[in-house]
Amino acid sequence: MAQVHSSAPPTRHALQAVARPALKSELSRQRRRSAWLFLAPMLVVLALVAAWPLARTIWFSFTDASLDDLSGAHFVGLRNYLEYVDYGDGTGEYFGLLADGEWWGAVWNTVRYTVISVAIETVLGLVFALVLNAPFPGRGLVRAAVLIPWAIPTIVSAKMWAWMMNDQFGILNDMLQSIGVIAHPIAWTASPETAIWAVIIVDVWKTTPFMALLILAGLQMVPGDIYEAAKIDGVHPVKVFWRVTLPLIRPAILVAVIFRALDALRVFDLIYVLTPNNSQTKSMSVFAQENLFQFDKFAYGSAASTFLFLVIAMITLVYIKAARLELGGGR
Amino acid sequence: MATLKLTGVRKAYGAVEVLHGIDLDIRSGEFVVFVGPSGCGKSTLLRVIAGLEDITGGTLEIDGEVVNAMSPKRRGIAMVFQSYALYPHMSVYDNMAFGLTLEKAGKAEIDRRVREAARLLQIEPYLDRLPKQLSGGQRQRVAIGRAITRDPRVFLFDEPLSNLDAALRVQTRIEIARLHEGMEGTTMIYVTHDQVEAMTLADRIVVLNKGHVEQVGSPMELYARPDNLFVAQFIGSPAMNVLPATIEATGETTRVKPQGGALVSVPVSTPTAAIRQAVHLGVRPEDLTLAPAGGDGLFRGVVTLVEKLGEVTLVYLDTGGEKPLTAKLAGDVPLERGTTIALSARPEALHLFGSDGRAIRQRMRLAA
Repeated sequence: MAQVHSSAPPTRHALQAVARPALKSELSRQRRRSAWLFLAPMLVVLALVAAWPLARTIWFSFTDASLDDLSGAHFVGLRNYLEYVDYGDGTGEYFGLLADGEWWGAVWNTVRYTVISVAIETVLGLVFALVLNAPFPGRGLVRAAVLIPWAIPTIVSAKMWAWMMNDQFGILNDMLQSIGVIAHPIAWTASPETAIWAVIIVDVWKTTPFMALLILAGLQMVPGDIYEAAKIDGVHPVKVFWRVTLPLIRPAILVAVIFRALDALRVFDLIYVLTPNNSQTKSMSVFAQENLFQFDKFAYGSAASTFLFLVIAMITLVYIKAARLELGGGR
Repeated sequence: MATLKLTGVRKAYGAVEVLHGIDLDIRSGEFVVFVGPSGCGKSTLLRVIAGLEDITGGTLEIDGEVVNAMSPKRRGIAMVFQSYALYPHMSVYDNMAFGLTLEKAGKAEIDRRVREAARLLQIEPYLDRLPKQLSGGQRQRVAIGRAITRDPRVFLFDEPLSNLDAALRVQTRIEIARLHEGMEGTTMIYVTHDQVEAMTLADRIVVLNKGHVEQVGSPMELYARPDNLFVAQFIGSPAMNVLPATIEATGETTRVKPQGGALVSVPVSTPTAAIRQAVHLGVRPEDLTLAPAGGDGLFRGVVTLVEKLGEVTLVYLDTGGEKPLTAKLAGDVPLERGTTIALSARPEALHLFGSDGRAIRQRMRLAA
């Protein structure tokens, strides 16, 4: 036996050394070719609908383009972002996106809206997912029903909620007044104190099902027998949740949170329909859209769009990096 | 130290009853094996004892106390799952300590128990590893170790070896037997579909079929004196040959004529009224021997298949009956397909079963 083993490998290796390189490179070249072939259509589509518009937007942000005359745009450097205008009398002023209070207001609104709504959606989504993961009669029906808010187009649900939150005819005020929670009707979408909360309420209503669905998928990956083991061990259900369930579904939650956060940072339609022209709720996307198409400051809007893109890209990179580090440490 | 007493235990899922009134007494320190074909209810019975399933009817007592409504933890049981059921994100140490941390046991006490179990199962070097970094056999040890640390009154095993390869299964089986010896007074209940595990590990075997107990007894009792056709054919490999037969003469010994065989005397007494009754004659493959050349033997037929396993030769014989007769002959027997041979068996090795499948007892075996 030992002899066979000691003599066989060199022979086989020698054969492979001769035969393999040519064979392998030909095979892998073929594979690479077919891989590119399959990827090509998607790459072309991505280039057309994502890379090209993005590149154009970034280019326009460095020009003086206006909506009427895109082809006559001239390069102006960083003027749209930041420019110091010297008044000649020793005084001067900064102009541009980075010096625009309204822009920073939009950034703050967006970040605040994202953090609050995603946090609420994560907690609620987790609760929903836990409930939907437990067996009970009619579970299939409830699972389908929960998804309804998410299936409704945002514009439709925003308009629906706008009517429900209407200060004079809205059902929300009527209900709250009849049970005595509020004494006077509230202009939910218009009043500066409540507008951002109106947006958050509708967003939570709409996207919690999405969160619940992603977390539910994670929950279903957890093997059921370890819950039985914990039951035999007599571990309290609350402790089982914190020490067993949560660590095991954390990857799913992290993915769900980044999906939702990226969505929320780009929010446009909900705010545009529910609370138009309200500086308390104006998001980065709304700010960009206004400048691009309503105020005829196309280049300025492009700069806002580019900045928004940078912010989202940065947050994604940092988040993925942080989440992966955490995952590596926890596993 | 714990005794278990099951009285008319029933379990139903909706309208479907899977356990139809199980009566069972398990003595303290006993190793009891539940065995039966898949779907017989053996795992359900174990889960009922564990407290993972509610009891639909009857009572379950541990040490004389009815525990029907008691949580698994308060029953003082520990369970080893078929799939190991380890917490995938916890180290081996944490897996074993997790259930203990709540019992108000001091940190030092937990540490002592975990390390002791780890030493017993030789998994000390892996305490910091995650389950996925262990082999199947090591994971199984961790699962057993987790059960040991709980210092249970009753140990439950649910097919613990079925995910291991053949060699490891034998080794772990021996270790479980040794573990039971070492843990004096700990009652163990073990579920398996593997009759070798049942025969080798059990003090007593409970044979279950379709939610009923078919027979309870020591491994050798079940082998030598099966109560009924089911047990007779379930215990032993290859399964016992069972042939339709007719009683030709009654009395102190009974003469029967099996299908495809010669008239034979079985040392069992039957009443006169039993004459001409249809019965079943059972004979184990290993109880059949080649009849001396020229002799008629009990069965005569054509060899249809010969399987040589080294230590034994399995011969399949067409005697003109419905099923071929299987004989397990010692050593390498030079037989070829197509030859006609005769097989005989000692009268004491013959089993007689009534048409209802119940054994007609053999007095001689009883005496022996």
